[in-house]
Amino acid sequence: MQSREFYLRTGPFLTHLTTSSPRLLEALPALYDARCFVERPEFCDFHVSVGSPALRRWIRPKIEFLFEGAPIFTPSPIDHAVPVFESGLNWAISTTINQYLIIHAAAVERGGRAMIIPGLSGSGKSTLCAGLAFRGWRLLSDELTLIAPATIELLALARPINLKNESIEVVRSLSPGIVFSRPAEDTLKGTVSLAKPPEDSIARMDERARPRWIVFPTFEKGSATKLSARPRAETFVELAANAINYGVLGDVGFNTLAEVVTQSRCFELAYGDLEDAVRLLTELSESA
Amino acid sequence: MVQRRDSLAQALRDPKELAHASLADWDRLVPQARRAGLLGRLAHLIDRSIGLDAVPDRVRSHLLSARILADKRRREVVFEIDRLVELLQDVLGRVILLKGAAYVVTDLPPAAGRIFNDIDILVPKDQLATVEAMLSLGGWRLGEIDPYDEEYYRRWMHQIPPLVNSARNSAIDVHHTLVPTTARVALDARILLEGVIAVQGKPHLAVLSPPDMVLHSAVHLFSEGEFERGLRDLDDLDLLFRHFGDGGSFWEPLLERARALDLDRPLYYALRYASEVLGTPIPSEVVAEMEARRPPRTTLALMDAAFRRAFRSPHPDSRDSLTGPALAMLYVRSHYLRMPLHLLVPHLLRKATRSTAVDPAVP
Repeated sequence: MQSREFYLRTGPFLTHLTTSSPRLLEALPALYDARCFVERPEFCDFHVSVGSPALRRWIRPKIEFLFEGAPIFTPSPIDHAVPVFESGLNWAISTTINQYLIIHAAAVERGGRAMIIPGLSGSGKSTLCAGLAFRGWRLLSDELTLIAPATIELLALARPINLKNESIEVVRSLSPGIVFSRPAEDTLKGTVSLAKPPEDSIARMDERARPRWIVFPTFEKGSATKLSARPRAETFVELAANAINYGVLGDVGFNTLAEVVTQSRCFELAYGDLEDAVRLLTELSESA
Repeated sequence: MVQRRDSLAQALRDPKELAHASLADWDRLVPQARRAGLLGRLAHLIDRSIGLDAVPDRVRSHLLSARILADKRRREVVFEIDRLVELLQDVLGRVILLKGAAYVVTDLPPAAGRIFNDIDILVPKDQLATVEAMLSLGGWRLGEIDPYDEEYYRRWMHQIPPLVNSARNSAIDVHHTLVPTTARVALDARILLEGVIAVQGKPHLAVLSPPDMVLHSAVHLFSEGEFERGLRDLDDLDLLFRHFGDGGSFWEPLLERARALDLDRPLYYALRYASEVLGTPIPSEVVAEMEARRPPRTTLALMDAAFRRAFRSPHPDSRDSLTGPALAMLYVRSHYLRMPLHLLVPHLLRKATRSTAVDPAVP
């Protein structure tokens, strides 16, 4: 199968991708804006490939992600190529990059101020992130929040938003214009589809933002929208547990995170209706 | 700089040359160094020669990131060593550290920027059971291991199976000698234990004497079956030769010790490939003496073909069409060195027929 090479710019990173996967070849131009495809740079941060291992091309074909030539995950069904690429890239960033503090959290921005949304899988983090991004907030990242220790600023990745199961339809109903990748079914997290970030988020991916709010969401069907304050110390501890390279960074990790929490108002949000939650958080951003 | 399969070795040999590297050169070098576990080491070498400021911004980020990670690993090793001392000082008096942990506590050059896999300690064989029990109290237990593999380790190997601390994910290799019990070269561990030296300022720690430290590193590398970290280990040897060879009497005791312990062969290979790949300076009289102990010509030709390929980065750009067969040959050789043929054949058959599924999702 013909493999093709792409050079993708996503926030501070340049990725060299080689792939022969029809699924990924189909999804790339849909999920990534023309501005993300660049001419071959002299130096790329990540050299990755998504393709079938030699022995798995014909018999029960599988897809695998290689980082610098080495397989990272066990091979997946070929239909999972798009989420495999996205999680492979997350792996590459979170295992090699230590000049930023990396938190497993979504982040969005409004008026130069950022909201960090940590959360385990199933907490409604990505759904909330998508809701905000398609209702006037700028997407920084739906999965990895990068913070520069020297300036305590968040960086944008502006990569596609990873949505699972019911949340795919919930986000689709936000606006008819949202572009999705073809759903990958039966992944470890169920059905996965990626949504292309809004135009503005991509155009402004080099703009940094200051932390202002930290919101821990909990989604529960039928739950009323309720925003309540959270103690800073508790927020710090929980955020540290979600910070992928917190221990690796040592003092720098501690000081950066302490500064982020000090500069932020901390909340937890219970929600059952996305539009309602988005309205409440947008009001919050207008009040303080 | 033209693209070469050994560009990483070239960079380790002469980091000053990197002042002239183009972004395209770095684009090939960074992945090779990262795959070989040598990006942190490269960052240190650059820091001490041309300075990290001489490197383009985008590349410097990766070097700094790798150095931050290596510094963290070093802090972890120091922390774990303290825990080991707490647990074992009453039983052993002093804990004898091997390899990476030994380089760290004595601040030897290979400690800089090194990525550690585990901590290795040397324990008198009659104390093994006590030490294992004490380590278990400290949280270090056998990881998930196939009963066949455990039996294999305990019966034939020079170490017990790795002990893992599940709370911190740190691993300890407890050695009772330096080579497998079945190896063609038998080694009396008591001789090694008699030669250990105390670590300055750390009364409960000891390390092997310089010649033994080098010989251990060499015997380990040249009976190894996997070479993902082969170049890193050869680089450790290069740094040890340079460091110890620089002052006082090192070479003569080293050659004597190699002879006494019947470890001429691994020392010969260590000197040969370290100087060939990394330009290790070796006094001419040492070269002459070792040439007299060289393996037969045909053996050497085969070893050259294999090791020259093994001591490259595992990155695909560093491989050629013979890398696969060379690594396969070294894998079989490593088992052959460890076991007599009547034990080896059933063992390899068992390995081959058993499911080799490994979950690579665990980094």
